Amino acid sequence: MHAVVSIKQVPDTAEVRIDPRTNTMIRTGVPSIVNPDDRHAIEEAVRLKEKFGGRVTVVTMGPPQAREALREAISYGADDAILCSDRRFAGADTLATSYALWKAVLKIAEIEPIDLVLCGRQALDGDTGQVPPGLATRLGWPQLTSVLKLDEVDFAGRSIQVHRAVEGGVEIVKSKLPCVITCTREINVLRYATFPNMVRAARYQPSLWDKTDLGIDDESQIGLRGSPTIVSKVWAPLRRQRGTTQVIDGSDPQEAARSLARILMGEPAEEAPVVAERGTDG
Amino acid sequence: MILSAPDRYDVVVVGAGLAGTAASYLLAKAGMNVLCVERGEEPGTKNVMGGILYRQPTEKIIPGWWKDAPTERPIVDERLWLLTQDSMVQAGFRSARYGEEPYNAFSVLRVKFDKWFADQAIAAGATLVTNTVVEDVIRENGRVVGVKTGRDQGDIYANIVIAADGVNSLLSKRAGLHGELAPNQVALVTKEVINMSREKIEDRFLLNPNEGATIEIFGDSTMAMLGYGFIYTNRDSLSVGVGALLSDFIRKKINPNVLMEHFKNHPMVKKLLEGGEAKEYMAHMIPEGGAAAMPPVYSDGILVVGDAAGLSNPIYREGSNLALISAKLAVQVCVEAHQRGDFSAHALSRYKTLLDESFIMDDLRAYSKTSQFFQKKPEFLEKYPGLLVDALHELLTVDSVPKRAKQRKILRQVLANRRPWDLAKDAIGALRSLT
Ligand SMILES: Cc1cc2nc3c(=O)[nH]c(=O)nc-3n(C[C@H](O)[C@H](O)[C@H](O)COP(=O)(O)OP(=O)(O)OC[C@H]3O[C@@H](n4cnc5c(N)ncnc54)[C@H](O)[C@@H]3O)c2cc1C
Repeated sequence: MHAVVSIKQVPDTAEVRIDPRTNTMIRTGVPSIVNPDDRHAIEEAVRLKEKFGGRVTVVTMGPPQAREALREAISYGADDAILCSDRRFAGADTLATSYALWKAVLKIAEIEPIDLVLCGRQALDGDTGQVPPGLATRLGWPQLTSVLKLDEVDFAGRSIQVHRAVEGGVEIVKSKLPCVITCTREINVLRYATFPNMVRAARYQPSLWDKTDLGIDDESQIGLRGSPTIVSKVWAPLRRQRGTTQVIDGSDPQEAARSLARILMGEPAEEAPVVAERGTDG
Repeated sequence: MILSAPDRYDVVVVGAGLAGTAASYLLAKAGMNVLCVERGEEPGTKNVMGGILYRQPTEKIIPGWWKDAPTERPIVDERLWLLTQDSMVQAGFRSARYGEEPYNAFSVLRVKFDKWFADQAIAAGATLVTNTVVEDVIRENGRVVGVKTGRDQGDIYANIVIAADGVNSLLSKRAGLHGELAPNQVALVTKEVINMSREKIEDRFLLNPNEGATIEIFGDSTMAMLGYGFIYTNRDSLSVGVGALLSDFIRKKINPNVLMEHFKNHPMVKKLLEGGEAKEYMAHMIPEGGAAAMPPVYSDGILVVGDAAGLSNPIYREGSNLALISAKLAVQVCVEAHQRGDFSAHALSRYKTLLDESFIMDDLRAYSKTSQFFQKKPEFLEKYPGLLVDALHELLTVDSVPKRAKQRKILRQVLANRRPWDLAKDAIGALRSLT
């Protein structure tokens, strides 16, 4: 079995701050992490390796500091890690990113044929979920998105059956291998890295592939030039208004019920015997 | 590239603070197979220091370190304040010599410095595993032969374990070297980093661009507990802290946060901090016992360095240098032990000999005296600052009273508070304890 996991390093922030002048994310001072969904993809690949034997290769496209994300992947049990990094990749949108990753996957497959490409469902920072489908399309492989569970994996029979999250339910789908899978956080429970893997990660130097290594001649496909997406505006959603908590005195149940009814029906609050008010965060 | 983890290391170092990283760096340079384990996500994230780092001792580890390392400002001005509620007596030393190469000391932020320092150790060949807590030592036949981490397959074996896990060292406790620290053997310090623009810092502290100052603040800053407050200038922030003996906090029932607020709100302090924006808040302990409270620093297969060994001299604001130099001495002993293949307590006892011969133990013996003296004499902190301020107030107030009459009045005031015999004893005692 050879699983390739495509990951992304993202800023560790629940509250993304946007520079109001440039409409871009302010990344300075925000620590980077492996995209949470991608961690589940790595975990799933490592579990497959533990069950069936084989190898897990992790790949990312990013700046040199994305090495740290790859080292982290090694600590979770991946065998090899590759960083696709080149100045000319900068400014890539999802289309150009999937192009570079496609080239990387082709090159990895030359070294050892691939059974499965796993990705996270979406990235914390962009939230588009477009790169894996782009990658699958370019590879000409089936894609199984938003996977909740790998049901049956049959490497000999070249098939896989998964549970997918769909609007209002779960879909059970079968596909042939190789294919591209995007993992949800429900797919598995993360485990802590073992100490030997931590040591291996501390010493690990990911391979570095640039544009030439990936065999990309056509620069119109990569980086800013290969990115037709135009971000016209980015803004932070308005914070919801602070609601208030009213505590109704419950010593007289009937009176309490009456007060509640009054409040619910929108009668003036001062009539209700409110004993305390507290602000809550939306 | 696949490098499998060896089953056994020459040395495993616990903690990537100053002592641990210095040891890892020097061991790697000496060609030893060294693994360093740190609980923080990155080196420096768990560390608290004022922090003034001294040029010369740090050069014993990495010559010329300050040319590359992230430092804040070279310190050219060191001030001492003695506060009462509404007054201040000050002394200080400022020298342009400190503002040029090779410098004497720098303010640093440990989050930045420790990361850089650890990178030097890694580049030298040490392996650093972060995010991993060491929970115990592994013993065989009474000897320490490794450590247990909190991770799966987390037992690590080594010929020598260096405990560099800081104050209140779990490791040396587990190795049976000492018990719990007594409340009068540690100080508890809270510290804030307060953002402020460079220009404002330079204006307020009367500094040329990129020069730094320190202020150590005694007296009312600690609500008459044994300790002191400090303000150090960073590039565009101030490090502000105050601490006292843990036993004093307990005795006086004062909460450390209350002390910090009290300190920051003293009119003289407040003026300096005005307009700053608090960025970080942290608390940490400092070993306070001096030589008298030091645990044994070696045993079969284990050496203890830095704060873990109780090496700190707070009255001179020294700790970092003792951590670094003790690490260097420990490494020397590791290398010798490695060459002879002897890791017994007897072989490692040489570390204690080297410490004894160095300035470290000399200073720490003196510090024990100082600390014990002031602990026994709370009146120093409770009475003398007030007496001194009243005396100066009397002397310097121009009110058409002859100077001789003023002097007599001052003497009367002092003697009303303290008998001549006690005064003499205090003066001699204080001098002796400090020398
Ligand atoms: C508020 C304050 C101000 C100070 N100011 C100054 C100053 O201005 N100048 C000066 O010279 N000294 C100063 N000191 C003292 C100085 O900070 C210390 O002496 C010095 O940091 C000691 O270095 P160390 O390596 O022994 O310990 P530390 O720097 O504390 O490092 C210990 C390391 O071990 C790690 N660790 C602990 N337990 C474990 C475990 N179980 N497993 C894995 N890792 C572990 C910790 O995370 C930490 O990284 C100050 C101290 C304080 C608290």
